[in-house]
Amino acid sequence: MSAVGYAAVVGQIVVVGAGAPLLTGWMRQVRARLEGRAGAGVLQPWRDARKLLRKEPITPVGTGPAFRVAPALLVATTVVTAGLVPLLSTDTPVSTHADLIVVVALIALGTLALALAGLDSGTAFGGMGASREMTVAALVEPTILLSVFALSIPSGTTNLPAIVDGAVDEPARLASPAGLLATAALAVAVLAETGRIPVDNPSTHLELTMIHEAMVLEYAGPDLALVELGSQMRLTLLLGLLSSLFVPWGIATDVSWAALAVALVLFAAKVAVLGAVLAAAEVFCAKVRLFRVPELLAGSFLLALLAVTASYFLSGAS
Amino acid sequence: MSNGLYTQLLDLACGAFLLAAVIVLWQRELAAIVRVFGLQGIALAAIAVLLGAHEERWDLVAVGIGIGVLRAGVLPYLIRRALAALTAAEPAEAPRRITGRQRAHSEEVRETQPLINITASLLTAALLTLLAYAAARPLTELNPTPATRALPVGLAVVLIGFFVLVTRRRALAQVVGFLLLDNGITATAFLATSGVPLIVELGVSFDVLLAVLVLQILTTRMREAFGTTDIDDLRELHD
Repeated sequence: MSAVGYAAVVGQIVVVGAGAPLLTGWMRQVRARLEGRAGAGVLQPWRDARKLLRKEPITPVGTGPAFRVAPALLVATTVVTAGLVPLLSTDTPVSTHADLIVVVALIALGTLALALAGLDSGTAFGGMGASREMTVAALVEPTILLSVFALSIPSGTTNLPAIVDGAVDEPARLASPAGLLATAALAVAVLAETGRIPVDNPSTHLELTMIHEAMVLEYAGPDLALVELGSQMRLTLLLGLLSSLFVPWGIATDVSWAALAVALVLFAAKVAVLGAVLAAAEVFCAKVRLFRVPELLAGSFLLALLAVTASYFLSGAS
Repeated sequence: MSNGLYTQLLDLACGAFLLAAVIVLWQRELAAIVRVFGLQGIALAAIAVLLGAHEERWDLVAVGIGIGVLRAGVLPYLIRRALAALTAAEPAEAPRRITGRQRAHSEEVRETQPLINITASLLTAALLTLLAYAAARPLTELNPTPATRALPVGLAVVLIGFFVLVTRRRALAQVVGFLLLDNGITATAFLATSGVPLIVELGVSFDVLLAVLVLQILTTRMREAFGTTDIDDLRELHD
């Protein structure tokens, strides 16, 4: 039992770690094709990472430990979260610890580390990016919590593997109004958290609009490679979490190698499809003005709250 | 119809009903607001038809269909016509000063500056929904059926409609707020008591229809007299 369980945990971490650059490359490729460009190929983020890792590490003068620790902390929290969240299997040795609040706190810790690094660099852009990122994060974290709470009410627990298990058993939970509202809310929150287009443009370096890029402007070499890897892993992880919660079919609920292999293939397929949809949507969307972002996030927060109330009151839990 | 399916569909209709009210609060374009209001009318009709089909009361189904025609068809059509009248009246009035006129035009069909900004309105709507749930709790406990459990949805729409009514500046946005309020009241009546007697429902429906007709004329008159439908400009007395 435990061999398969540990293999599942290691598999999740390896898939998220190694697959994240591929997912980003795939999304850029989809986008390029839709815009009529040839694209750089799916492997380009890995080539970028290799190039950056070969450079010598440089830190700006006057930066302190917060700046140096942040990339490692970002990747570390993401790796731990990737091990905890039920991406491939719901029956792992660590699944009893995979509480929703722990997972959201770990994600928030990574965000906070980067924001502190942005402040530590002491440049105008770093501080501006950090303040914007915190504004977005302050609205996003409660939305993620609430939208998953809507699903946790029918299960009666905030343990993520238990929620996914319950959803596999009773698909009707997901088709209810609560499930649909929570899906919409969590999707917007994931877009905001990973800095995708309606909230932030991942490929911009225009000072007035960037959020995430402004914080990491001072990084170079291996540190930059880690920061990039960290944000790519977060995207993969959150898309994986979204698919696990709302399209849970195929996740291994028992311990067998065959179920794990099926789960691996299906996970890759689901995340690839989600990424392609996201990339295609980004081609047709414009970035929202920064002052309209709180509006969008307040809307998604409201959807999440409605999901919770609908789940609690309509389904007769009281 | 099986019980489980009925509960699911009723919940879905109530969810769509509440969601439409929230989207009305979220949108700025009056045309989009009217479209969403029409969709809410369909959700309301679906609630009535579902209740009627479940209790096998065919008069209720007929009332539901009538409500659907009125609230998803006739009322949005009337508001859209008032909107078209507002925008069509523009160019003929003053061909010169194109730019100023165009700005006025875009302000006329959009709710550019509500008294409370959109973010705060959305958060207020969240609070209002919670308030509705808290207020309806004792009522629900009297007889917990799927329909009475959805009762807070109707109350929440009443509160949100009232909120739209007091915070919007454009006359037509306020009309939609008033209609949201009425939709909420109708939904509450259906969910709590499976519908009021037919004659009362007919009376209310005609009342709403007449109110919208009168308000439509009033809006056009306001536009002719003041050049705008911004309610805030009506503070001062004119002779």
